Amino acid sequence: MIGGLFIYNHKGEVLISRVYRDDIGRNAVDAFRVNVIHARQQVRSPVTNIARTSFFHVKRSNIWLAAVTKQNVNAAMVFEFLYKMCDVMTAYFGKISEENIKNNFVLIYELLDEILDFGYPQNSETGALKTFITQQGIKGQHQTKEEQSQITSQVTGQIGWRREGIKYRRNELFLDVLESVNLLMSPQGQVLSAHVSGRVVMKSYLSGMPECKFGMNDKIVIDKQGKGGTTEDTGKSDLGGGSSGKQSIAIDDCTFHQCVRLSKFDSERSISFIPPDGEYELMRYRTTKDIILPFRVIPLVREVGRTKLEVKVVIKSNFKPSLLAQKIEVRIPTPLNTSGVQVICMKGKAKYKASENAIVWKIKRMAGMKESQISAEIELLPTNDKKKWARPPISMNFEVPFAPSGLKVRYLKVFESKLNYSDHDVIKWVRYIGRSGIYETRC
Amino acid sequence: MPAVSKGDGMRGLAVFISDIRNCKSKEAEIKRINKELANIRSKFKGDKALDGYSKKKYVCKLLFIFLLGHDIDFGHMEAVNLLSSNKYTEKQIGYLFISVLVNSNSELIRLINNAIKNDLSSRNPTFMCLALHCIANVGSREMAEAFASEIPRILVAGDTMDSVKQSAALCLLRLYKTSPDLVLMGEWTSRVVHLLNDQHMGVVTAAISLITCLSQKNPDEFKTCVSLAVSRLSRIVSSASTDLQDYTYYFVPAPWLSCKLLRLLQCYPPPEDGAVKGRLVECLETILNKAQEPPKSKKVQHSNAKNAILFEAISLIIHYDSEPNLLVRACNQLGQFLQHRETNLRYLALESMCTLASSEFSHEAVKTHIETVINALKTERDVSVRQRAADLLYAMCDRSNAKQIVAEMLSYLETADYSIREEMVLKVAILAEKYAVDYSWYVDTILNLIRIAGDYVSEEVWYRVIQIVINRDDVQGYAAKTVFEALQAPACHENMVKVGGYILGEFGNLIAGDPRSSPLVQFNLLHSKFHLCSVPTRALLLSAYIKFINLFPETKATIQEVLRCDSQIRNSDVELQQRAVEYLKLSSIASTDVLATVLEEMPPFPERESSILAKLKKKKGPGTVSVTDLEDSKREGGELNGGGERGPDTAAMASSNASTPSPSADLLGIRSAAPVGAAPASAGSLLVDVFSEAGPAAPSAAVNDDGFLRDLEQPTATCDSLLVEGSGDSDSAPPSEDPAPPLPEADELLNKFVCKNNGVLFENQLLQIGIKSEYRQNLGRMYLFYGNKTSVQFASFTTTVSYPGELQSQLNVQTKPVEPLVEGGAQIQQVLNIECLTDFSDAPLLNIKFRYGGALQNLTLKLPVTINKFFQPTEMTSHDFFQRWKQLSQPQQEAQKIFKANHGMDTEVLKAKLLGLGSALLDDVDPNPENYVCAGVIQTKGQQVGCLLRLEPNSQAQMYRLTLRCSKDSVSKRLCELLAEQF
Repeated sequence: MIGGLFIYNHKGEVLISRVYRDDIGRNAVDAFRVNVIHARQQVRSPVTNIARTSFFHVKRSNIWLAAVTKQNVNAAMVFEFLYKMCDVMTAYFGKISEENIKNNFVLIYELLDEILDFGYPQNSETGALKTFITQQGIKGQHQTKEEQSQITSQVTGQIGWRREGIKYRRNELFLDVLESVNLLMSPQGQVLSAHVSGRVVMKSYLSGMPECKFGMNDKIVIDKQGKGGTTEDTGKSDLGGGSSGKQSIAIDDCTFHQCVRLSKFDSERSISFIPPDGEYELMRYRTTKDIILPFRVIPLVREVGRTKLEVKVVIKSNFKPSLLAQKIEVRIPTPLNTSGVQVICMKGKAKYKASENAIVWKIKRMAGMKESQISAEIELLPTNDKKKWARPPISMNFEVPFAPSGLKVRYLKVFESKLNYSDHDVIKWVRYIGRSGIYETRC
Repeated sequence: MPAVSKGDGMRGLAVFISDIRNCKSKEAEIKRINKELANIRSKFKGDKALDGYSKKKYVCKLLFIFLLGHDIDFGHMEAVNLLSSNKYTEKQIGYLFISVLVNSNSELIRLINNAIKNDLSSRNPTFMCLALHCIANVGSREMAEAFASEIPRILVAGDTMDSVKQSAALCLLRLYKTSPDLVLMGEWTSRVVHLLNDQHMGVVTAAISLITCLSQKNPDEFKTCVSLAVSRLSRIVSSASTDLQDYTYYFVPAPWLSCKLLRLLQCYPPPEDGAVKGRLVECLETILNKAQEPPKSKKVQHSNAKNAILFEAISLIIHYDSEPNLLVRACNQLGQFLQHRETNLRYLALESMCTLASSEFSHEAVKTHIETVINALKTERDVSVRQRAADLLYAMCDRSNAKQIVAEMLSYLETADYSIREEMVLKVAILAEKYAVDYSWYVDTILNLIRIAGDYVSEEVWYRVIQIVINRDDVQGYAAKTVFEALQAPACHENMVKVGGYILGEFGNLIAGDPRSSPLVQFNLLHSKFHLCSVPTRALLLSAYIKFINLFPETKATIQEVLRCDSQIRNSDVELQQRAVEYLKLSSIASTDVLATVLEEMPPFPERESSILAKLKKKKGPGTVSVTDLEDSKREGGELNGGGERGPDTAAMASSNASTPSPSADLLGIRSAAPVGAAPASAGSLLVDVFSEAGPAAPSAAVNDDGFLRDLEQPTATCDSLLVEGSGDSDSAPPSEDPAPPLPEADELLNKFVCKNNGVLFENQLLQIGIKSEYRQNLGRMYLFYGNKTSVQFASFTTTVSYPGELQSQLNVQTKPVEPLVEGGAQIQQVLNIECLTDFSDAPLLNIKFRYGGALQNLTLKLPVTINKFFQPTEMTSHDFFQRWKQLSQPQQEAQKIFKANHGMDTEVLKAKLLGLGSALLDDVDPNPENYVCAGVIQTKGQQVGCLLRLEPNSQAQMYRLTLRCSKDSVSKRLCELLAEQF
């Protein structure tokens, strides 16, 4: 189990230090600083073993969060906890920065006391935490005994993530499908590897204790229904607007928020749950088949003698013309001995960034089924180094308003038997956002 | 040196460096550097030429980036351009960049060399120095090739500035160190030596470093430097502290130069010229005197400088090792430092004392400090100083203080640092053995050692104690008793169990009389440790058990029970299982006589160099053979060869039959004697074969059954050493005119077998040759066992016997052919029938050829067939003896030799050897009971030669007089030669 948790700033100074077990001493704090933060080498493994002590760390901007243990713990659990911890902190005071941590250190210690107990992770649901760890003074809190006992029963009860007696005038529900698409493509346009990792994020403002049911075009479910011949839901399925005519998708693996009843998913493959209040991540998934690649990059690099390089890059958007991609950025690496660059592009803005050894080409918006082109002349300084330039891949960033995996939300039904509102009274919003992950093309 | 003026300050560089320092993260730093690199690249690429200042600035930035750990692959050209600038700062930066970043890019090197050449030939001393520094800093082979001939010229040129000479000397030194083959000696060498007389002290200091290095390689060419160095030294030493002005360091005149001069002198033997030597001794005395003077300053620099000279002077005194007076003074001076509060001084004093202890002149003087050193060992805080103290104790140890030192080291061992424990243990073991007057003390010490630091006691140490106990009858009982007591401790170290198991197995009978240590008690004690031990120890204990069965038949049932139990007889370890099964069978099938023969007490071990000493040397490693070791071997040699108290051991081991009642050489002679338990046919082994030929064997002859025991004994050192029989004889044997005897030690090997018939004739990494032989009248039979020690097959294995000289007519040897293939690890046997036709003096040669992994191995040995093998003992009375003695009174019939004892003069050993010779040893014949008298008849085919022998030892002078009278003069001569080597 986690023996201690430390938060460092970029210099390696300790901002927060919370030790849960006796086997972690002060010297562990220094060991991490010396061996990881101030380490010479560039690549830092997220798990470091120093003198039989394991350090698990994540970095948020300039802040290092490190969990320390002497035991053989489940590393995935520790990282899940650290991510959760980041979420909780973000939910409480926004961006994780040195300034914010210093300003909120009392709160952070309070949180750490609550979400880790003797090194064992406890309830780290922001919604639940916010009911009893508040940022007001003790005077501002007007909690009666009753309320306090309610909190206790809720936190310790079966449905720890939702309290009773929530009431909204307007029952609303926001559903976001966020995907990031990763690609590695050969210069000839052959896909070497591609996958999409997606998340379904919900924001729910529902009264009472509603029972929800979520449906999507999962291949297994569709096939089963197709065979059974019951197509009761298909009529009102298309809540959002996708781009592909695909009927179903194959999901490689998925994980759910703790509110989802896994037994039901295992037996019927239906996703049913009592949602927490506010924002949460309902599920995560990954697909590798039939991915819609929103952009195609066609590079053309020509070496003219020893001192000149000509680069031409064409990008083609590959989705419905009615959709608009945003925040497009193409990054073309330049050799290390570049001494000057001239760029011509038809659309957007392009610039040579010496500090990053790359030409960065930015386009604000681009509709589907279009193409654009950039050409650059790179002057080189002859060096006595015989090493050939390794030609790193061209990478791309973008945002598109559909799910590249082809996932579609078919329905989301809400049932609340005690209170008087039905599925139809709930206002539902669905949004698809596809972003680029590591989207690279070799040149 | 011209300082960088304000206007030259490179603002851009300063800004860049401060930017880098302000970076918050590694990534930010890399970004900044990338940006700067791109900027410099575009500047260097730019078409318009850069001025010197900007070039210097950018090169500086590149250098800084490189020093931050980033690769720089351009800018070399610009740096080379800077070299041709006339501004000092620009040239300096250019050279700096080249020195740090040069790589063997051929075209650039040519440009650089050109620039350097220009600077060297310029008359500007600053530029010349810069160029020389660059050559020295780069120091590559290309540089050496280009400038190795140029620099000596600059160095000895009359008009060169002093500062340039200094740089040139050091630059040449650097080039000489990297590529000595390119720096050719020439006429400049003699002129370099004369730099020692230079007016400028800096030049002298630089030159002396060069001369010291050069003279180590070519001592003869620089011989003249000795007198120059001495005169220079005496001028410095005798100067007042104010004379040398700039070169006086905290009131000490030219300390660095003095140290270097003293070090240079250490490359040469003491000067032969009396005047020079007198002057040098005077200098050394002055240095020693100065050390006594009260310090002129309290500053640590003052005492450091003074002591540096003093220690260097003491090293020189030790190096010369010829001035007793100086040595003793040095020792006393060091003695004062032993209690100095400076840790470094104490360390150095101890270290120097170690070397002093090896000198015969100062050994006694060193010994007076024993209390201080022991105190240092106990109270010193610094581990390295303690280590030195331990080294010194070891070095100063001799017979007079051995007990005290060993006791102190033992008591220190309990608290010693883990890092030095093993070495300490070895040292204690060696000292205890080397200076053991009383072997019970030795046994006590080693057992204590095992008790205190069992984990650090290496195998060699306990092998050694067992070897010594086995070779010394007088300590066996004591050892058994002590081990028995030591084993009673509830927790024993495993090494203790090993020693205990071995010794009780061998000599448990010596203490069995006491009811407190009755056989059963002994066995139970050993067995109580059995289950806590590792497999090798268990194996050893099993062997001890079977020996118990032999020693104490009453324990047989108990032990058989133990052997029979499943945990032994079905042990998962093959070795243990096999032992248990074999021992069980052996004890139940074999009769007591067979058992007694097989499990005979181990024969004494042959004397060799102490394996512990070898281990200590190995531990220190070849690179660090300290003077202590050298001194060790020196003294070791003295002790071993000169006799000393180890003499008796050696002798005892040389004739391995000393303690056994009937020597194996007598196998034939006592054939007629009462048969002692006829050889049992059940044990149809080789052993029996030999014995049945030889007739009813004596129950002893432990050496004979090594072939058999080899299978029984565990493969530890005991077994190994048994196989590697090698007596201490090392002197040369009778001259032989073999045409091509490839083995120089053949004679020595032959000598070993004069007094015995069985053993290992030869052994190397590949092959081991064992011998068993027996002789009857003029006939003999010899069994040769060729053992393949490797795991690879020997192919086309052939042996031939040849007769050098006229031996052909004197001796007839019939050999049976051997198998041409010897498998790895296998042993083959060859039988030789020998017939003595007439008396002979040479030994037949045995030539062995085989292919090992394709390579032809060819070796020739002497077969140990000597004339004395055909002796028949003759008993006679005193009267008869002297009558015959007088009959053989012709001068040519007598051969006499007076010689120094090689192996000590132990009575039993001598007797055993004489018996081993084959003749009868006659008691009560000579009026002087000290003398030995033997009589025998040598049987040849043609004739019989009567031999009478008289050996008169003189124990005061450690001399022998050996007289032989034979009816044939050649026989007496040959026998005399052979025997003189044996005592």
